[in-house]
Amino acid sequence: MSNRQTLENTAEHGFALETDDRMPAHEGMTRMIWRRFRHHPGAVAGSVVLGLLVLSIALVSFSPYDPEASDVPSRLQSPSLEHPFGTDPLGRDLLTRVLYGGRISLAVGLMVVAITLVIGVPVGAVAGYFGGWVDNILMRITDAALSLPALLVLILLSAILRETELPLVQRNSVLTIALVIGLLSWMTVARLVRAAFLTIREKEFVIAAYCIGASNLRIMVRHILPNAVGPIIVESTLEVAWAIMEESGLSFLGFGIQPPTPSWGNLLSNAQAHLTKHPWLAIFPGLMIFLAIIAINYIGDGLRDALDPFKVLKQVGEV
Amino acid sequence: MGRYIARRLLQAIPMLFLISIVLFALINLAPGGPLAGHSRSRHIRPERAEMLKRQFGLDQPYFLNWSELTRLKPIGFLTRTQYSVWLIGNDWMKVDADGDGIREEHGERWGILRGDFGFSFQTRQPALERIVEHLPNTVYLMGVTLIVVAIIAIPVGVISAVKQYSVFDIIVTTLSFMGQAIPEFWLGLILILVFYAWLDNPFTGEPLLPSGGMSTLGIEFSLWDWIKHLILPVAMGAVGWVAWYSRFLRSGMLDVLHMDYIRTARAKGLRERVVLYRHALKNAIIPLLTIFALDLPYIFAGSLYVELLFSWPGMGRLYYQAAVKRDYPVLMAVLTIGAGIMIFSNLLADIAYGLVDPRVRYD
Repeated sequence: MSNRQTLENTAEHGFALETDDRMPAHEGMTRMIWRRFRHHPGAVAGSVVLGLLVLSIALVSFSPYDPEASDVPSRLQSPSLEHPFGTDPLGRDLLTRVLYGGRISLAVGLMVVAITLVIGVPVGAVAGYFGGWVDNILMRITDAALSLPALLVLILLSAILRETELPLVQRNSVLTIALVIGLLSWMTVARLVRAAFLTIREKEFVIAAYCIGASNLRIMVRHILPNAVGPIIVESTLEVAWAIMEESGLSFLGFGIQPPTPSWGNLLSNAQAHLTKHPWLAIFPGLMIFLAIIAINYIGDGLRDALDPFKVLKQVGEV
Repeated sequence: MGRYIARRLLQAIPMLFLISIVLFALINLAPGGPLAGHSRSRHIRPERAEMLKRQFGLDQPYFLNWSELTRLKPIGFLTRTQYSVWLIGNDWMKVDADGDGIREEHGERWGILRGDFGFSFQTRQPALERIVEHLPNTVYLMGVTLIVVAIIAIPVGVISAVKQYSVFDIIVTTLSFMGQAIPEFWLGLILILVFYAWLDNPFTGEPLLPSGGMSTLGIEFSLWDWIKHLILPVAMGAVGWVAWYSRFLRSGMLDVLHMDYIRTARAKGLRERVVLYRHALKNAIIPLLTIFALDLPYIFAGSLYVELLFSWPGMGRLYYQAAVKRDYPVLMAVLTIGAGIMIFSNLLADIAYGLVDPRVRYD
């Protein structure tokens, strides 16, 4: 690998990659991606932290404490062996609540990404593949959505939905919040997918597929999309982090997930009143948000390096 | 260039129109309506509620007035609606102010196209006046924050690019990852905890830094007092920005540093500082300018979390309170102006890019 390329890696990602030049010629794509990911120190550390987080969130069902039942005699205890994160104003174990909150926050993150993909990929694919007036209309809609002041509209929507009783989106449930955030964040994916489709549709293999009579849908789904999957994965990963941050922010403002259901944001919000006397109530939930987001960001960074299709092609000798 | 700008401005008009319709629809989706948050007691007498509704024009349909259409009045179909009154006003047509079914006098609203954003439900001031009251505080806070961000991020970005892989660079890169991951609202809580609750001024025994407000109430103006009130909010707002901008500048610098003209500048025997800050930085900062122009709307909207946490009487807090109190005219005003600024700064970003980089051509 040339010096110039190392420089580029670093310019883009802030990290020098330990790239292995003695790569066997017959190495498969998946193995190669995995090897590159493994050699990114931040990504490995991020995976470990996130793995531990997910594990403890999964195991919290075995916690001896109930996340919602109050136990007033043991209220506002400092962190101890019995309650590692202390207890809240209603005597509930903070560690248990923080981990249950993690469930909510991660669930919101994943659901937002799902919504983002469901809207963004088709919009971007159709716009990029067909071009012309279809592209024009779809991209103007995307631009309009991007011109909305996101946080302000987010607050507005969740303030409205907070008092709405609809069959699916009841009182800012996890689904409601995920929907609201997702509806305001599909635009990046749409643009990304459009850009990828614009370039890939000109490639010979697409023309070949067209010539043997493949339908538009088949070309889009079977021939173009798999080649655009790298950037989509990277963007989705970073989107999880972003969604967690947005959800915590909304819940912090009181517009998000409503107590007694714990989420990292509303735990922080409730901690405000006790900030000076019982700081641990604020420190731990925030620390969890921070850990989760930094871990996901590092994973995204590692994935970006490992999946960069141009770099992969270069190593396979295609370009 | 002129034609390009004109075309973009023309494109902005239908887009703003579309956005305003969507926002108007969203706001009015809320069950209960604005009166739910308007009166101090939620139980107002029905006849008074009727009167208030008429007074604010809330008895009209939102977008299309079907009853006008059945009376074969196609203009009234479009104009005797809440959205139309908001957009173009009703001072040019007779309205039924007292609810007796007879339209006897002209309306009083001018519509936003003539600068009338309606009256705040909360204070009965014009909505625009409330914005004008709050805007300077936000611009002041965000202006100082941005200056601090520039002062820190530019040298940090340049140095970590030049000393790539040095200890400094590794620390900066790690810190910038952390800075981007730290939730702003949590950072604010921690700052208050440390500098207000834990640390005391060793001479007076008071908290080291104040926990909110723009200045101490009831004392004479003192510069030091104002600065003290700025430190924590600015720190809270700046961390994320510094992290993001310095990382961005670093990668920009790395792209530029191996260019031929940098080698030429060095070969000419220019001092390293001139090479870096005059020749390299000028080119590396171009992409940052775009990012900055896209961040401009924040100077208008302010950072909601900073303003709420430090009770800063700015736009973010105004919006939050309007959302809680359902002050529709204020919400609509902030959102519309915000979207306008957003579109305008997108355009500005594209123009700025062309101005500083002559290689970019517009068609």
